Amino acid sequence: MSQSNNNRRGFMAAAAAGAGFVVIAPGIRLIELAGANAPSKGASDKVRWGMLVDTTKCAPGCDACVGACNKENGIVEQVADPRQGAQWIRKIDLVDAKTGKQHSLPMMCQHCAHPPCVDVCPTGASFKRADGIVLVDRHICIGCRYCMMACPYKARSFVHQPLTTQAPEVPRGLGCVEACTLCVHRVDKGQQPACTEACPQGAMLFGDLNDPASDISKRLKEVASTQVRADLKLDVGVRYHGI
Amino acid sequence: MRRLGLLFATLALAAGIACAGESRVPKPVVHIENPGSCVAPAEEMRRNHMVMLKHQRDKTMRHGERGAKVSLNGCIECHASKRNGSVLGGKENFCESCHAYAAVKLDCWDCHQPKAGYKAAATETPPGGFKP
Repeated sequence: MSQSNNNRRGFMAAAAAGAGFVVIAPGIRLIELAGANAPSKGASDKVRWGMLVDTTKCAPGCDACVGACNKENGIVEQVADPRQGAQWIRKIDLVDAKTGKQHSLPMMCQHCAHPPCVDVCPTGASFKRADGIVLVDRHICIGCRYCMMACPYKARSFVHQPLTTQAPEVPRGLGCVEACTLCVHRVDKGQQPACTEACPQGAMLFGDLNDPASDISKRLKEVASTQVRADLKLDVGVRYHGI
Repeated sequence: MRRLGLLFATLALAAGIACAGESRVPKPVVHIENPGSCVAPAEEMRRNHMVMLKHQRDKTMRHGERGAKVSLNGCIECHASKRNGSVLGGKENFCESCHAYAAVKLDCWDCHQPKAGYKAAATETPPGGFKP
């Protein structure tokens, strides 16, 4: 009896695993609930985190994403020279000179699959996690700023002054290069990056590019998207729609 | 000659005892806010805390393994002084007291937040370089 029970349980487990997910309610699957509560086992190379920015929704003059990023990552210091300011995320307004068509978009680290910043780093401080998030190891960053020069997106910045206002989960300090981390501390907890969550227009979509069932993959299949400086063949993780 | 040697030896011994007795450097004041709840016995922590932290930092940062037993933020939450909420600030603060005594420079706090329960302040105006 117990033998047959075990077999039945085994069959059910195998069936559930084979199906890949169990639908609880529209949009909510058992696998997502389980993933949200489980402690983070670490970055997996089966996942490739990415973002899709819909520039047709992004409002000119709105900088909610920038404010949310500053708050989340403890970027509160005032810099003497605006050119020394943090560049985790910034808003860019584009105007087509011929037609006058305006675009507004957030620009940040594009989390390339082949990141030039990692190529040029002499100490190995610039690195790419298994899940595609490009980070700086501040413990071994010597502040040479090669990566800042190598980045085609001007997405990295250097901390020029001593800091005391860091967020506990986002260490950053004098003499190191830094950039958007895709809010890696939130992503590891199963949350979205702060900018994505804060966007009042819902113009930013974050998700797993490797998972064909993810919202971002479905959207990328539907709409035309652009990789900024696609000619460099960096296979970026952040894509834009509408430019 | 032998007598002189004995005299010097006695003097040296006396000086040694005097030094050990009253050092010019005050002993560190280690005040444990939450005794008994550390991740390892005190002897092990004293000798190996830096190794544990370094090992875990690479796992967390490079591999995204979070929620481990060893965590710098965990140290701060437990060991921050009740007086100023920090592990730094004076000779009686947990990290600073021992490190000042041992003359070992603390680099952690150049980047990490030394205050327990610190909430990053919200800014109305983003710092320079942001505004389009």
